[in-house]
Amino acid sequence: MTNRNLVIIGGGPAGLAAAKAAYDCGERDIIILEREPELGGILNQCIHNGFGLHTFKEELTGPEYAARYIEQVEQRGIEYRLNATVIDINKDKQVTYVSEKDGLVTIQAKAVILACGCRERPRGAINIAGMRGAGVFSAGTAQKLVNIQGYLPGKEVVILGSGDIGLIMARRMTFEGAKVKAVVELMPYSSGLNRNIVQCLNDFDIPLYFSHTVTQIQGKDRVTGVVVAQVNDKLQPIKETEQLIPCDTLLLSVGLLPENELAKNAEVQLSTTTGGAVVDENLMTSVEGIFQCGNVLHVHDLVDFVSAESENAGKCAVEYIRGGQICKDKLTINCTNGVRYCVPTVLNKDEVYASQSFKMRVANVFKKVELAVFADGVKVYGKKRPVVAPGEMENITLSADIMKVLKNAQSVEITLIKGDAK
Amino acid sequence: MKDIIIIGGGVIGCAIARELSRYKADILLLEKGNDVAVGTSKANSGIVHGGHDAKPHSKKAYYNVKGNAMFDELSKELDFPFRRNGSMVLCFEEDLVCGLQELYDRGITNGVPGMYILRGNEAIRELEPHISEKACAALVIPTGGIVSPYEMTVAYAENAAVNGVKFRFLSQVESVKRTDNGFEVACADGFVEEAKVVINCAGVYSDVISNMVCGTNYHIIPRKGDYVLMDKTCGYLADHTLFQQPTKMGKGVLVTPTCHGNILVGPTATDVLDKDDVNTTAEELNDAFTKACLTTPTLNRRNIITQFSGLRAHLDSDDFVIGESNVPNFFHLVGIESPGLTCAPAIGVEIAEQVAAKLGLAHKLHFEAKRKGIPHFATMSNTEREKLIEQNPLFGKIVCRCEVVTEGEIVSAIRRPVGAKDLDGVKRRTRAGMGRCQAGFCTARVMEILSRELGLPMEEITKGGASSNIVVGRTK
Repeated sequence: MTNRNLVIIGGGPAGLAAAKAAYDCGERDIIILEREPELGGILNQCIHNGFGLHTFKEELTGPEYAARYIEQVEQRGIEYRLNATVIDINKDKQVTYVSEKDGLVTIQAKAVILACGCRERPRGAINIAGMRGAGVFSAGTAQKLVNIQGYLPGKEVVILGSGDIGLIMARRMTFEGAKVKAVVELMPYSSGLNRNIVQCLNDFDIPLYFSHTVTQIQGKDRVTGVVVAQVNDKLQPIKETEQLIPCDTLLLSVGLLPENELAKNAEVQLSTTTGGAVVDENLMTSVEGIFQCGNVLHVHDLVDFVSAESENAGKCAVEYIRGGQICKDKLTINCTNGVRYCVPTVLNKDEVYASQSFKMRVANVFKKVELAVFADGVKVYGKKRPVVAPGEMENITLSADIMKVLKNAQSVEITLIKGDAK
Repeated sequence: MKDIIIIGGGVIGCAIARELSRYKADILLLEKGNDVAVGTSKANSGIVHGGHDAKPHSKKAYYNVKGNAMFDELSKELDFPFRRNGSMVLCFEEDLVCGLQELYDRGITNGVPGMYILRGNEAIRELEPHISEKACAALVIPTGGIVSPYEMTVAYAENAAVNGVKFRFLSQVESVKRTDNGFEVACADGFVEEAKVVINCAGVYSDVISNMVCGTNYHIIPRKGDYVLMDKTCGYLADHTLFQQPTKMGKGVLVTPTCHGNILVGPTATDVLDKDDVNTTAEELNDAFTKACLTTPTLNRRNIITQFSGLRAHLDSDDFVIGESNVPNFFHLVGIESPGLTCAPAIGVEIAEQVAAKLGLAHKLHFEAKRKGIPHFATMSNTEREKLIEQNPLFGKIVCRCEVVTEGEIVSAIRRPVGAKDLDGVKRRTRAGMGRCQAGFCTARVMEILSRELGLPMEEITKGGASSNIVVGRTK
């Protein structure tokens, strides 16, 4: 067994930013473990633009955005392993990985940052009945086939779910000469960014059907069509509205799930809402010295926010390695009235009062609302929003003064005050 | 001219092939699919039944009890996943407990060893803590087991091939004609071959083939069963195979662990017209899941990872038709539905003996009885893993992250005798793509490995043979 101060699992945007920040805080004993043959993570297959507006104030493609961080990691000489898959982590922070080159290696770490991203929900998880021929892909799988391997998964496409990858793939498949016949969304609103609906669907006259779903997949060897139906307000398909759309491909963009199998091995407490870990303001999980950031913590809509969060995780991990105080007295924030979750979820009741940002998602589309924070029933912060939607992450930043109030309160609540709810 | 042609590469056909490969004979197995175990043998409950359920003195009862007893040794010899986890039949109404006694008595008549009846919820929950509070009695059948049905079939096929049996795929038999020397078997692709003996193991199509040769009127009704597969994280919910006591409301569904630690729920039972109709329906899947919650109320839909359906070859007469038909040298196995998988080892041995006697076949001097399966990285100790990677670095390259399957395993699956030729073939042999992401991440990698190993362009890589191509061409 070898020893390392900081092991970062995942060399995507989260892991790279965490590594860079940790280095810049003075930590030199860092290793990044990446399972793919290249650093960069999913960004490598996101060849469209729209990345980096917040971080670099310019519009980059996914690989360009990744390259900026890879360059910074290389410049600093931070060590990394490629084709190295972590197969186990325990609560004592022993990390075991395998690779063709190194064989099986166990590292004893002082701190671990889990930055291993998320995966897509598959067909099975949403229970679509029908045949099981080829031609059903998650949007990300199709994206990899097209953008990395250079193969077209199909020619006539229906997309279920209006998540961002689905929207991006609608445009991408159209560029490649495929006909995207419809994007079908179960909810009455999209879970993707509004700009993607405009740029990827509207600009190409691809119809988007809200409150619709796929009820059956047809075709023995290869998909020959899907049955689409409208759903009622209980999200149940209305039989009479069923119609067959002939196609050879069904892409699924029905949600992302933080990939937390490793965290479970390490006995990290997970949130049932996000599927990510429950973390404090230092992004530390319930297991001392194990941190999380990026999409393994909660699914972000912009990579820029992943980078910012992960730099913070890198910084906090270094503080921990240097013997930062561990506060045992914690307070869990309650999310109510349409706020699904917030990150961080718990606050250390210590006497560190720095300004703190909270990220959150709401459960539905609401208009004219106020994101409000209450401490012991007293409102301490409010932010008015003309509209909030599940597809767009909300962000509030609380001053050191407010944080002092929160840390000394018995209960803290983040909630929506609705004026004119839809 | 072959000595023997076997029609059908399901568990029955492959079991017979393997048992016949003990003898000096020229044997060919014809399969209409792209691989073995692509029909009923890949989509069933994977249960090794104790034998309490079959009608006394039926062929089902005879082969069930005999086959069941063979699994311990056979699974070691051929290295396929099998566990004698025990079965339970659960009774949910005090008034119906007498029904369990009837099942017990039937089991005794059939020769099932070791059964006993548990009374009271507490006693049952001591064995199975996650069972419903409503379960008031249970028949325990300790000899019940679970098996990976496709891995068992593959194991039989590989071992048969090593011992000289030839396999021909994508060979749908269209006609079997009697000739002076035996039979002439013709396939849809134009392939024609003669044989002294033909053994019909065509599953849901076995009626068609037998009627062609024997002038009989067998009628198989494909009886479809939908299943729901749960994530391994809920694997703790059942250790035994949990049946529901049949009532006038129906046979109920089972909740069972699989050999790999998932929970399997199902099947429904719907008679269909089309012998290829493995279409799952939302109603049936919902029905299976709802009924399963009667056994295990804490099953959560959020943990479903996939659904599938399979067809039982149900014969009107409700028992197997096994052995030589009214046409000499034409052997058939018609209506092999549940507990057919359990019966397969016994059927294999008996049919092989009958055919060998008929043709006067002598035993081979060198029969290789043992087969070593693909190394299973996920379940190894770290020391074993280190050793394996040292021998072959490809075992250090993880391709399927959910099931922790390495490139070494995938390459082995492809290069073996009767190797994998498509994504599903790799999946059945190695579990790559069988986990919670359902091949989202590994599809492209497995395709590349298949393409490299088989020397085929990516466009020709299929999910399961025929026209199930994954990609349609290159990008612009």
